[in-house]
Amino acid sequence: MGVERIVAAFKKPQKILAVYVCAGDPDLETTSHLIPALSAAGADIIEIGVPFSDPIADGPTIQAASQRALSSGTNMRKVLELLEEVRSRDENLPLLLMTYYNPVFRYGIEEFAAQLQEKGGDGLIVPDLPVEEAAPLRSALHERGLTLIPLVAPTTPEVRLRTILEKAQGFVYCVSLTGVTGARSRLPDYLRDYLQMVRKTTDLPLLVGFGVSTPDQAAQLAPLADGVVVGSALIEAFRRSGLDGAVRLVQGLRAGLDLDSDGHITSGNTIRG
Amino acid sequence: MLPDESGHFGPFGGRFVPETLMPALRELEEAYREACKDPKFHQELDYYLRNYAGRPTPLYFAANLTACLSGPKIYLKREDLNHTGSHKLNNALGQALLAKRMGKKRIIAETGAGQHGVATATAAALCGLDCEIYMGEEDIRRQQLNVFRMRLLGSKVIPVASGSATLKDAINEALRDWVTNVSNTHYLLGSVTGPHPYPMIVRDFQSVIGRETRQQILAAEGRLPDAIVACVGGGSNAIGIFYPFLEDRRVELWGAEAAGLGLETGKHAASLSAGSPGVLHGACCYLLQDEDGQVRHPHSVAAGLDYPGVGPEHCYLKTTGRAFYEAVTDKEALAAFQLLSRTEGIIPALESAHAVALAVRIASRMRGDEVLVINISGRGDKDVQEVAMILEEREVADGC
Repeated sequence: MGVERIVAAFKKPQKILAVYVCAGDPDLETTSHLIPALSAAGADIIEIGVPFSDPIADGPTIQAASQRALSSGTNMRKVLELLEEVRSRDENLPLLLMTYYNPVFRYGIEEFAAQLQEKGGDGLIVPDLPVEEAAPLRSALHERGLTLIPLVAPTTPEVRLRTILEKAQGFVYCVSLTGVTGARSRLPDYLRDYLQMVRKTTDLPLLVGFGVSTPDQAAQLAPLADGVVVGSALIEAFRRSGLDGAVRLVQGLRAGLDLDSDGHITSGNTIRG
Repeated sequence: MLPDESGHFGPFGGRFVPETLMPALRELEEAYREACKDPKFHQELDYYLRNYAGRPTPLYFAANLTACLSGPKIYLKREDLNHTGSHKLNNALGQALLAKRMGKKRIIAETGAGQHGVATATAAALCGLDCEIYMGEEDIRRQQLNVFRMRLLGSKVIPVASGSATLKDAINEALRDWVTNVSNTHYLLGSVTGPHPYPMIVRDFQSVIGRETRQQILAAEGRLPDAIVACVGGGSNAIGIFYPFLEDRRVELWGAEAAGLGLETGKHAASLSAGSPGVLHGACCYLLQDEDGQVRHPHSVAAGLDYPGVGPEHCYLKTTGRAFYEAVTDKEALAAFQLLSRTEGIIPALESAHAVALAVRIASRMRGDEVLVINISGRGDKDVQEVAMILEEREVADGC
């Protein structure tokens, strides 16, 4: 299925909620229960984080989660097994891995792409792999019908956007701010102009991530993009109040996305599960 | 000419950073290339190198060490006599002037032992720039004197508690700061590591060491040296002295890595000797990592060598066979530290002591009419307390 699962997700008559979970935080069994619960609560796409020792694009929350995951013995092989298990229980849920380049490079690009396909993954997000360095991995994934999700940033100039999005598939991950991952109290002012510029450049759907943490923010972003990505806030909710807390946050974000600009619930699924 | 347009040295180097930073790396590269073409920039840098840093540093004929080792004639390139006590200022001055030119008001840097931090704080004071320096909590504890020096120079030292709380983590935190404040901030990276264009810029600013050495040895001996030895952590002092000799194939280039407690113990920082290719801090390089690609904690008695990666150009020079790299244990470095102190009255930095130790090894294979140059990258004052503690537990080694 691969990229087609992602394309199908965006055909839903609703804004898309993608959630990031750090695999193995605090252990892989927890993650394997968490993913179906988040999906049932209204998450449309799951990004499964493979922990890395030096996560330079991440703020304190995901850094700490990565450390806990590494301490519990999580590695690429085990995350691929988790992926297989999750896929066996849900044929349609879009599943992406998200990790830094070195664990993939070390695994071997071809071998990794082959395994990702075999285990039922749909694609990959690598926050430290700019377009200039991405060609070998992108080809390996595309050959197998999988996607390498491109990231763009508020600092990306228009001409560079075109280069980045030229060969892109699936959706565009729009980093909302200049900074690392982690909850923020408010969204940056330049967001509207920036997202409009990306929108002009591509027909692909846009998801906004980094700093998005509350249903209010999701509601603010809904008219500007095709959906949001939430990571750190979910990790914190789970740490604070367990599975229930994570599910409640996803339900809240879902509700936020499903409000239109007048505060009415739009058509499509609102709160599932 | 390397690196190529995309910043690669063969398969090494490149730019593996979040997209947010890519435009800043482009901007830096363009500003640097423009500065290189501007005679005023060179004049300004030369002025400060001469009148402020005290360059050229001497190339000193170490007669006593030569007699002691009864091998080749040994010369010492005295970067320890550079202002702030190490070669680090060459790069810090160059980049601070570049930052000013780019209109950046704030600079950030990482530091391990504190040498690059002190050099950056110094250049920031000179150029009137705000300066914040990331330093691992563990290194802050080990290098109190340098922490105080940085603060005295008007910089803020920010403790880093994540990971192993050492140099690697300080770089992570500096990169996170840069991602956040990229519009007004220049990241003054201290070694020939990191994403392109840093390995090129830092090499070029440090190449003053090799250019001077070349002139000085020609004046003293009427010929080029047979071998040059320098220590390699990230590798900036080594590239600095190697680079102007790369085309002189007869000059052997030797890099001394930190073998720590011994390569077989796994407690070392010898990325080139015992690592494998990987990607860290924006560059593809030899890396100490486990089988899952997680970065391992390095170990060296010399905080400045205590880094799990190494500059991409060194990786390239190793694979092409142009330079050789060997590892030196903590113990060998401590013996060399004492040897140079006793024979020449020069206390080297523990980092530089690794170069001295490798030179001792190489000298035994050389003839009396040959010439060997050791880059003494820094002075050892910062290490005296730590060495005193270690040596209390052992006998002080005998000199010649």
